[in-house]
Amino acid sequence: ADRAQALVGFGFRPGSAKEKMDILLGLVGKDYVMTVADRAQARSIVVFKHDEDKIFELDSKIIMATAGPQGDRANFAEYIQRNIQLYKYRNDLPLTTKGAANFTRTELATFLRKSPYQVNLLMAGHDKKVGPSLYYMDYLGSMHKMDFGAHGYGSYFCLSIFDRYFKKDMSLEQGKELMQKCIKELQTRFLINCPKFICKIVTAEGTKVIDI
Amino acid sequence: MSYDRAITVFSPDGHLFQVEYAMEAVKNGTTAVGVKGKKTIVLGVEKKSAAKLQDPRTVRKIMKLDKHICLAFAGLVADARVLVNKARLECQSYRLTMEDSPTVEYVSRFIARVQQRYTQRGGRRPFGISNLIAGFDADGTPNLWQTDPTGSHTSWKALAIGRNAKTVREFLEENYEESMAKEEKGDEDAAIKLACKALLEVVESGAKNIEIAYMKPGDPLKMLPQERVAELCKAIEAEKEAEKKKKKPKKQNV
Repeated sequence: ADRAQALVGFGFRPGSAKEKMDILLGLVGKDYVMTVADRAQARSIVVFKHDEDKIFELDSKIIMATAGPQGDRANFAEYIQRNIQLYKYRNDLPLTTKGAANFTRTELATFLRKSPYQVNLLMAGHDKKVGPSLYYMDYLGSMHKMDFGAHGYGSYFCLSIFDRYFKKDMSLEQGKELMQKCIKELQTRFLINCPKFICKIVTAEGTKVIDI
Repeated sequence: MSYDRAITVFSPDGHLFQVEYAMEAVKNGTTAVGVKGKKTIVLGVEKKSAAKLQDPRTVRKIMKLDKHICLAFAGLVADARVLVNKARLECQSYRLTMEDSPTVEYVSRFIARVQQRYTQRGGRRPFGISNLIAGFDADGTPNLWQTDPTGSHTSWKALAIGRNAKTVREFLEENYEESMAKEEKGDEDAAIKLACKALLEVVESGAKNIEIAYMKPGDPLKMLPQERVAELCKAIEAEKEAEKKKKKPKKQNV
């Protein structure tokens, strides 16, 4: 059934190709967490733009990579962004990554039985006490803290690469190498051609965009 | 009949007594001062001496509303907390719907509207606070706005609210132009010094009961560290002493 879905490709059912087309990858390194997203924004067979930034900055040290239809992605991400900022001003203390992830998950779960957000997420952040962390969330409201994660069709190809080559506490260079392996695999084997990727890392100093 | 019971009732001579009593509550509050320079905006507040067993860090009088806007108030502390919560929510709500940062005038207008609503509907009492709302708009224009329990909002170059506001305001009126001239000439701290001087006029115990915060365009609110406040106050006291000595010999000649 899965293969049939892949062949049909562009159905409009939840869990169908719509939010599988975005490539999201993430991994936790020694004192940083890295997320990579592709830059194409497409609908059906048309590509709207090749420079879409799918990784939203919720706070200075928390970012969220989003996958799904653009409307839901942007709407949900901005809603979470504003709530995280409000928490910061109300309580004089920024939210931890764990707190932000749990809040986001609760919103996804609450709206699931009202009007679901079709967004898959990778939330990444750095806290003084805990260090870097990565949270995998999907549109049904499940959440897992992971060392590496991927969403959509990209996961079909890249999870096995992560399984084989990932080690805990990798340096930034090693992390970049691993991501480049994943991207090479996608460019070789994935049907959809995605030449451009955006890579953001979060460290103790904050968020940075790096070349990948 | 007493017309000061229900707030929605005017008295025969056109007064809303509850609102006027709210202004009295503001006059009982600790002093707050705001100074608007070209490149710096300063908010200064008088801190009540903390009781020995109290943690002074939990007594907050200068609150951040958003990245670029802050507020100082005079009056009932709990009322301020409620209003500030509403304002913070409104700031984020504005950012969500408009994809843009709210102007200081918008936020002041919002706060003023809330304060006015409580003087007219719902049988609730007015907020017993006046606010000084300060910040830089996205285009770099400095703003200092005041709201009061009646629900009006006005823009000021420099203002004091709370206890002894009249004395401080007169001092500001006399010294504002001179300070701004110093700022033009390159004294970056001119606005901070003016706010400090103004507060020292009415705060008895000096530096340890003064808190100063300032903003520059594009930067978030910064608190002046206590040591710097103490330094400034000492320098100001020294200046005052020097001026007194200058005046004395003149008297002797007479």
